[in-house]
Amino acid sequence: MKSLEELKAIREKMQGQIGLRSESSEKTRVVVGMATCGIASGARPVLNALSDAVQSKGLSNVQVTMTGCIGLCQYEPIVEVFEPGKDKVTYVKMTPEKALEVVDQHLIRGQVVSKYTIAEVLG
Amino acid sequence: MLQELSLNVLDIVSNSIRAGANLIEITVEVDRERDSLTIEINDNGCGMTKEQLAMVEDPFYTTRTTRKIGLGVPFFKMAALGTGGSFHISSAPKAGTKVSASFILSHIDRMPLGDINSTIHTLITMNTQIDFVYTYKFDNKQFVLDTRQFREILGDIPLDNPEVSAYIKEYLEENKNGTDDGYQI
Ligand SMILES: Nc1ncnc2c1ncn2[C@@H]1O[C@H](COP(=O)(O)OP(=O)(O)OP(=O)(O)O)[C@@H](O)[C@H]1O
Ligand SMILES: [Mg+2]
Repeated sequence: MKSLEELKAIREKMQGQIGLRSESSEKTRVVVGMATCGIASGARPVLNALSDAVQSKGLSNVQVTMTGCIGLCQYEPIVEVFEPGKDKVTYVKMTPEKALEVVDQHLIRGQVVSKYTIAEVLG
Repeated sequence: MLQELSLNVLDIVSNSIRAGANLIEITVEVDRERDSLTIEINDNGCGMTKEQLAMVEDPFYTTRTTRKIGLGVPFFKMAALGTGGSFHISSAPKAGTKVSASFILSHIDRMPLGDINSTIHTLITMNTQIDFVYTYKFDNKQFVLDTRQFREILGDIPLDNPEVSAYIKEYLEENKNGTDDGYQI
């Protein structure tokens, strides 16, 4: 079974590494609505897809977090992207596949995936 | 209704987070002999007054402002009572809140526990300012994950650091398997 020794080894390896904790003010925040309405409509797989992709692609300037009800229950799962110095982008009716597109297009290339945004979906 | 009980746990713990808790205890206990599954969530958040508590099991009670009804607690309660189990909340202002749900393990309407490890991993890595104590009991075996213990070892390395996050995932998987031998709950 996993021991705490392994955790100690991780700490020892990391100690002395600089830039480990980048300033949170410079970070892009990706927020997934995880209240009952979000969870019921499949927010967990969306959240997991986002956090796995952000980790595997090494996007250290992106932080994925969860929040409560965003107030648009019929459009859940909802993902909001907050980039420093830019307007918030709200993606609605997300799936893990759409979330991965958002990672590749928006978070990596800086191009908003308009077709999934609330503005587009509301028409 | 939610598809699996691990999603109810995620949902009920979101209430604790919104209540400003910084210590949340989650216990999942399976006892095949007593044919029971018990889930308990204990937080040190803002708690509720007697009046609030009296209303909380009613879907038309919520203090949220974005929607007029609260579904988290009523869903969890229904899931438990639907198996002939029981449901209880106790709470006091400033002291915190304890939610406990018991299910008849073999009841045909009992929702599967589902991916409880994912719930715990998500909660820990997405809420690094909060400490979690997760206890998983299966018959006479058990394991405990206490983030305070992890933090003591890690110092200022955060729990959402990619390597730490991967460690926590494996810690949960290996310990759960070691406790229940992969028994499907
Ligand atoms: N752990 C807790 N601590 C303090 N207050 C709580 C706690 N759990 C629930 N409450 C109170 O009970 C209300 C109802 O909770 P419930 O989870 O049923 O609905 P909600 O959180 O308001 O909305 P939803 O869960 O549907 O997104 C909450 O709005 C909150 O005021
Ligand atoms: Mg709730």
